[in-house]
Amino acid sequence: MQRFAWFKWQALFHDWHLFGQGLVKTVSTSALALVVALALGILFGIMATAPWRGTRLISRAYVDVIQNTPLFTQVMFFFYALGHWKIYPTPLWIGVIGLGTYHGAYVAEVVRAGIQSIHRGQMEAALSQGFTYSGAMRHVVLPQAIQVILPPLTNQAVALIKNSAILATISGYDLMHMADSWSAEKGYYGPAYLAVWVVYFLLCFPLATYARKLEARVARERGGEVKAA
Amino acid sequence: MKGSIMELLQPHLLLFMGKGLLVTLQIAVTSILLSFVFGTVIGVMRYSRHKVLAPIAGFYVEAVRNSPLLLLILFARFASGLKPVNSGIAAMTVFTTAVLAEVVRGGLNSIDKGQWEAAKSQGFSYFKTLRYIVLPQALRRMIPPMFSQFITVIKDTSYVWVVGVEELTGKGMIIMGQYGSTSQFFAIFLFIAFVYYVLCHLLGRMARALERRSILQTY
Repeated sequence: MQRFAWFKWQALFHDWHLFGQGLVKTVSTSALALVVALALGILFGIMATAPWRGTRLISRAYVDVIQNTPLFTQVMFFFYALGHWKIYPTPLWIGVIGLGTYHGAYVAEVVRAGIQSIHRGQMEAALSQGFTYSGAMRHVVLPQAIQVILPPLTNQAVALIKNSAILATISGYDLMHMADSWSAEKGYYGPAYLAVWVVYFLLCFPLATYARKLEARVARERGGEVKAA
Repeated sequence: MKGSIMELLQPHLLLFMGKGLLVTLQIAVTSILLSFVFGTVIGVMRYSRHKVLAPIAGFYVEAVRNSPLLLLILFARFASGLKPVNSGIAAMTVFTTAVLAEVVRGGLNSIDKGQWEAAKSQGFSYFKTLRYIVLPQALRRMIPPMFSQFITVIKDTSYVWVVGVEELTGKGMIIMGQYGSTSQFFAIFLFIAFVYYVLCHLLGRMARALERRSILQTY
């Protein structure tokens, strides 16, 4: 157990503020990326269910391309591509753009499935009452779909937090990067990785558990209705 | 012609990328096969509600599933002392096993308890019921989530470039170091993305075909 010797842990606790900064970076990047992913996801999710062929095709292409190529490759792309156009954002913003577009494609699928789980009659009834398409979406369909959307959306948030570790590959000074660079400098990788593992767990596990609870509730309350629609 | 896309059209560069693709496939296929076996075992363990085995499986799944894959890959690089490709395979197997275990458990849970009772009444043992009655039915329902995880595995192999394994993305980055003009950069990334896209897309189609076929077999 020399890898986890006590003096190595002491060194780790001595530099705890570095890991604290990393945690702040991980959380802030994840939060911002989640906002981007939500915005893109809702937009493309609605486009995928719209009555216009053009918007459906655009949405399909976005989801298809993003979901079938690796996040790492996408982030590397943004990292170097922006440089070719003489734009040099900080790693945080590359992370926000990369994670946001990647998870946006997954959120779009979640939103699409959520909207499609609401019976078509709801939209038709709203339209017949004089709602516009966007009005019906905003006031009738989406409020009902949100219940179905929330559990997989929470799972996406968990996945996003985990994927934010990708910042370490572009010197993003996030939790993973701090652990990696600190242990590379000191050679005490055992405690550093284990500690960071625990922190990620504490971030993700409660959210994942909450998602499971929501899932169970939706299954209980809506039961067959989701499938029937 | 320096800096143009034409400069990239050389056989040895294509061969170079091809080698990267082989490494990507090697890592993906090995970790998928290994995690399919381990995932089934861990999933059944957690499903079994056995006093000792179920909590062990539960701890494993939650501990791994709630941590980033990159952490595992970096950790495996130091902790295992394996050569980079194998440490990558080890990390990806550990991670994918946890995900597939949950897929297996979900599939098993979706099978009606009456199947167990019926099998028991016919004299089937626990393992025989699992092997011949419950798992085959559950496997059909596991096809979609399992294949979506296989796609994720292919995509996630790109992470091992971080520990210096020259897979598809890595090879592309190396070529980029030498042919770094803007148009070449875009051509290289477009090519990499295209290869991943084809691989993942085919896998997705295979999943849908398998699912259709298994539905036909059910009725």
